[in-house]
Amino acid sequence: MTTHVPHPDLPPPSTSIGAIAWLRANLFSSWLNSLLTLGAAYLLYLTIPPLVQWALIDADWFGDSREACESGGACWVFVGVRMNQFMYGLYPETEYWRINLAAILLVLLMVPLFIKRFPWKRWLVPFVLFGYPVIAFMLFSGGVFGLEYVETSRWGGLTLTLILSSVGMAASLPLGILLALGRRSDMPIVKSVSVVIIEFWRGVPLITVLFMSSVMLPLFLPEGTHFDKLLRAMIGIALFQSAYMAEVVRSGLQAIPKGQYEAAQALGLSYWQSMGLIILPQALKLVIPGIVNTFIALFKDTTLVLIIGLFDMLAMIQAALADPNWLGYAIEGLSFAALVYWVFCFSMSRYSLSLERKLHTGHTR
Amino acid sequence: MATEHYSQDSTGKVPLWRQPTFRAIVFQVLLVLCILAFGNFLLSNTLQNMEQRGITTGFGFLDNAAGFGILQSLIPYDETYTYGRTFVVGLLNTLLVAALGIFFATFLGFFIGVARLSHNWLVARLATVYIETFRNIPLLLQIMFWYFAVLRPLPLPRQSLSIGDAVFLNNRGLFVPRPIAEDGFGLVVAALLLAIVGAVVLARWARKRQEASGQQFPTGLSAFALIVGLPLLTYWVSGSPLHWDNPVLGGFNFRGGLEVIPELAALVLALSIYTAAFIAEAVRSGIQSVSHGQTEAAYALGLRPRVTLKLVIIPQAMRVIIPQLTSQYLNLTKNSSLATAIGYPDLVNVFAGTTLNQTGQAVEVIAMTMGVYLLISLVISLFMNWYNKRNQLVER
Amino acid sequence: MQATRYVMGLGAALMLSGAVNAGATLDAVKSKGFVQCGVSTGLPGFSSADDKGRFTGIDVDMCRAVAAAIFGDAEKVKYNPLTAKERFTALQSGEIDMLPRNTTWTYTRDTSLGLNFTGVNYYDGQGFLVTKNLGVKSALEMDGASFCIQAGTTTELNLADYFRSNKMNYTPITFDTSDQTIKAFEAGRCDALTSDQSQLYALRIKLSDPKSAVVLPEVISKEPLGPVVRQGDDEWFNIVKWSLYAMVNAEELGVTSANVDEMKAGSADPNVRRLLGVEGVKGEWMGLPDDWGYNIIKQVGNYGEAFDRNVGAGSALGIARGLNALWSKGGLQYAPPIR
Repeated sequence: MTTHVPHPDLPPPSTSIGAIAWLRANLFSSWLNSLLTLGAAYLLYLTIPPLVQWALIDADWFGDSREACESGGACWVFVGVRMNQFMYGLYPETEYWRINLAAILLVLLMVPLFIKRFPWKRWLVPFVLFGYPVIAFMLFSGGVFGLEYVETSRWGGLTLTLILSSVGMAASLPLGILLALGRRSDMPIVKSVSVVIIEFWRGVPLITVLFMSSVMLPLFLPEGTHFDKLLRAMIGIALFQSAYMAEVVRSGLQAIPKGQYEAAQALGLSYWQSMGLIILPQALKLVIPGIVNTFIALFKDTTLVLIIGLFDMLAMIQAALADPNWLGYAIEGLSFAALVYWVFCFSMSRYSLSLERKLHTGHTR
Repeated sequence: MATEHYSQDSTGKVPLWRQPTFRAIVFQVLLVLCILAFGNFLLSNTLQNMEQRGITTGFGFLDNAAGFGILQSLIPYDETYTYGRTFVVGLLNTLLVAALGIFFATFLGFFIGVARLSHNWLVARLATVYIETFRNIPLLLQIMFWYFAVLRPLPLPRQSLSIGDAVFLNNRGLFVPRPIAEDGFGLVVAALLLAIVGAVVLARWARKRQEASGQQFPTGLSAFALIVGLPLLTYWVSGSPLHWDNPVLGGFNFRGGLEVIPELAALVLALSIYTAAFIAEAVRSGIQSVSHGQTEAAYALGLRPRVTLKLVIIPQAMRVIIPQLTSQYLNLTKNSSLATAIGYPDLVNVFAGTTLNQTGQAVEVIAMTMGVYLLISLVISLFMNWYNKRNQLVER
Repeated sequence: MQATRYVMGLGAALMLSGAVNAGATLDAVKSKGFVQCGVSTGLPGFSSADDKGRFTGIDVDMCRAVAAAIFGDAEKVKYNPLTAKERFTALQSGEIDMLPRNTTWTYTRDTSLGLNFTGVNYYDGQGFLVTKNLGVKSALEMDGASFCIQAGTTTELNLADYFRSNKMNYTPITFDTSDQTIKAFEAGRCDALTSDQSQLYALRIKLSDPKSAVVLPEVISKEPLGPVVRQGDDEWFNIVKWSLYAMVNAEELGVTSANVDEMKAGSADPNVRRLLGVEGVKGEWMGLPDDWGYNIIKQVGNYGEAFDRNVGAGSALGIARGLNALWSKGGLQYAPPIR
């Protein structure tokens, strides 16, 4: 008995595997594609090497004065010297630890949320949402437990950017949901009020809103009413973005089939029960990308507070650029700001992608 | 068992406060009252504060002479004109930026969006990098970057970069020849209008014929030839009734010609690069929303790739793209108000800035400014809704 | 029917709660515990913050003087950095209590904006800053030039007037803050920077090479700069006004922050004794303690000291007293007597 032993498979032709095949398929599949590839490669050749040369190879990294920047490349010394101000603004130097502590605390609280089977999530989430802000506010502001009082006008830098945006996010989501529900309401007055609010905030530029909130607001209130400038900027930003949020949530609500609404009603659930238990969980899940996009927009919009004289990170950088000792380093300063904002926005968008994938439990056919 | 278990009173009616309609009415009445009270609160405070502090009110200030100059104006303006005129000047400058920004952003956005879906790996990656970079950096930062970092190192007027003796670039702006119409140029304009009307008629006729007979007609090409060719022909026949006013270096800067100030350039550049990233994403999602089966079906019917793209993919993709495009146009228009950060004389900078300060009438000025932006966004969204409705999928 | 009655009732209640009389600002300031002061976003010598966020300058000293007069503590001030465009709105709305922000006293501003100027803490005039290599000796040679200006200032208006009356053309390039104007000037966006002369000197030290720029001799306008308050509160108006006058009077009487204690204890001059609240006049006429004048001089100093420290010989600006010398020394600073 001889058993049939097939010949081993021949290797595929060398042109259909490996690097060459990949190149042929992806870069040089037609003459047009080859042209495009060459064009793109030339573009890269024109931009990347000089950029690397300037930003990394020729750059000056260490030192503490302008004299350290002699090599003609990027002067990162400028950013390094001013780093504390970019991060903490005008916050008193001896009190930096309070901001650091708040940041560490936040990270420690957030880590368990990303662990899948963490048992006390039910308690942790409300604490992060409601308890932590109180603690953080006490730390930043002081005046209690023997901490030195630091007024909000001295908050600044990246710290302020993060405070503004996290408060804005926390406020704009519930507000946006309310407005979206209002816009979908059967009650004509509620509906029209919501429509007017949403369209108003979506129609006016944020600068004018911030201008109103920063210098005109007391005109609309009884004489002597005063509240914090930072708080007002937060309210302005939150209201502005909540209108966008409302539209995002509304698109989610519209995507839920009518049967779900009817089923909820048939079960005898009240309006709020059916919204809270049936409709919103599904609708919000559908629009996670939209919600995160709105958050990203909000994060980027916080830069506008520099126009009303709050010192967020961009404003601190702008102030540093006017320092006569460091004139002429605008590109370095702005690039650094761009990098920081980019890291935050990009990671937010990646997180939303992964969240979307994780929660993608239904609705696929 | 009886129905008494349910919360009905002896008459068998649901109590009034449990009826949804009643509750809805009460709730809405309360809402209206709250809004009225709140509005009244703000209004009375404002009026009283303004009265007490002796702040001038009313729109009379619009007729007073402004007394300040404006960097760029599309209509005749100098300091002897009124505050009302500054409003118009600022508004036109805003509209100019918005129009230019929308134009460039749309082109760039469509280009990048298509590039992102390219089969060419390198091109697709580059497009992705472009999108992920520019949409994740705040616009204000980008405007500053273009203004302070890129346009500033340009040379002084005396060392301008130039093309021939007609186009000059320096740190005061870009100077190009300005066309000046002579007598008879009206004919060329008339020819252009005629050509446009002709192209529309042609397109209608071609469509009708295709629907009736299936025969295609190269509409795009012939319309292009008509619109470009007819005016050119007229121009040549009527003896070139146009001359060019070249910019000339004089005194401190170039005079004559058409000037593009660096503030405008930086703003348009930043706005279109930023918005293009979002438009590209809209375009990509639009094209991807058309299922692959459509392409396959079209190929199966024997349509060539270009025709498939034109007749099958693009019309369907546009339905997804248009609404997103609208909101991007709106955003761009509103974002143009960031002009104030680099001193471009837009509505917010000129009117809600200098005019507000000189007259001190913040409430009126801000109300007018916000009103105009609301109006602009209303007009854009009405137009887009109309367009959307016209191109909507008509289902059975 | 009921609804409208309800709304009207609510409205009336709100009206009542908003009713205010003169003296409200002082009461509000006292209950807040600080003076909210609108200053510029950064102009060395007048008001600028160092990298620790501490404000200094001759305008800032006005705020500190008022705080010293009210609280006996010059540090009880909160600063609100404002661009020129925002400043009047912020004051009108009540966002700030006083506005010492190198603001020119003009007819329009005094009468139609609902504001009151309390005096002049710096006499200034508009001038031009040009680079040396432009080779311009006079503003009259600048037909067709472009100018960097700060938006929302009298400078913007004066420039227009000057060029119109001299039948010349110009291009205005306006920015929100003085920092932006000097940066634009440095980058060559404009041929000249125009502003109040004092500001030109203050901004020139922000250039990377201050010697490359010169201030032209022309002064094309009168710019009396002074602190501003809202109309309709005479008591507050008096406090700000007399805080300035106390500083000027103190210089005239030779009272300085160094010798004020000595003077208070031992001076026989009735003028000094009235200024320092030892005899004769009562602070309560303005709702203040009697030693308000003493507190100002002790903590802030007299006008001459403030001038020297911030803009004069003792500062980086080194501006001569000129018009801002006392009337008795050939200048314009003249304060009504305290008696």
